[in-house]
Amino acid sequence: MEGNIAILGYGLSAIGPGIGVGLIFAAYINGVARQPEARGMLQTIAFLGFALTEALAIFGLALSFVFR
Amino acid sequence: MSLGMLAAAGGGEGFEAPGQDIFWWPLFGTSGAFAVTRPALVLVISAVVIAVVLTLATRRLTVVPGKGQMLTEAGYGLVRNSIAREIIGSHDFLRFVPLLFTYFTLILLNNLFGVIPFFQYPTMGRIAFPLVLALVVFVIYHFLGIKRRGLGGYLASLIPPGLPGWIKPFVFFLELITYFITRPVTLALRLFGNMFAGHILLVLFITGGEYMLLHSHSLGLQILSIPTFGMGVVMTLFEILVEFLQAYIFTLLAALYIAGSLADEH
Repeated sequence: MEGNIAILGYGLSAIGPGIGVGLIFAAYINGVARQPEARGMLQTIAFLGFALTEALAIFGLALSFVFR
Repeated sequence: MSLGMLAAAGGGEGFEAPGQDIFWWPLFGTSGAFAVTRPALVLVISAVVIAVVLTLATRRLTVVPGKGQMLTEAGYGLVRNSIAREIIGSHDFLRFVPLLFTYFTLILLNNLFGVIPFFQYPTMGRIAFPLVLALVVFVIYHFLGIKRRGLGGYLASLIPPGLPGWIKPFVFFLELITYFITRPVTLALRLFGNMFAGHILLVLFITGGEYMLLHSHSLGLQILSIPTFGMGVVMTLFEILVEFLQAYIFTLLAALYIAGSLADEH
């Protein structure tokens, strides 16, 4: 076996954000299903939360290339 | 079994997976540490394209819009109404619409150049470009906050009101890190990371498929190259979605940070 263990680190760092993004969009779908007229406001909040959560995975990706 | 081992079993000399080096494209002037590179050229082309297209699209405005005017108005309306007015508020959002619209169009076109044939280079896949865009936002929201409250008032306003006294230094320290480090770094890294990773993924599928089809001498791998190219096409479509989303999110966050500095209370 050969390769770079930093890639494993990226894989680990993607678990948390993966779950987090799932939770955010689950809450968004729930919110729109309960109150369809709030869609516009919820969409902004959902994408905002998505962006903030996704940043963690992006950190992992950047670091896996930094520490090769 | 890894892709490289599969390819080696097929009789070739091994597949070279794409890495960071696929982003280094000097065009001319490579004598020293400085060179005019491909992303710089793509960025200049994108600025010219945006200027020409927007000038032509808004030259003859009609009450009943044509196709071009409708597209332009849809893009402008998205930034003006659903980003700027919604987040900054109807009192002083108009000042920031030119900035936000510039961000949106520039990032969107540069991202789309990642999949448009003959360009096929996402400019924001080099960290320098998103870093500069993020630094402009960084300077603007600090400038607005300090201009509004003065330096001391601005720093004091970082602490949310109504906290017990002993916890204030810790919260102040955390907020300081958020405002001065986390915000600009995540803003730049998010755009960079998405474009970088997406481009590497596309290059991996396309060059991997090409390698399996042309350079391996086993029928199995040559058949396997068809779904690999198929994945390349699917990922290209996914990339287009991500490119729109990232342009939208960058503009959204820029507006949010500016709004945070303009707001009356924390």
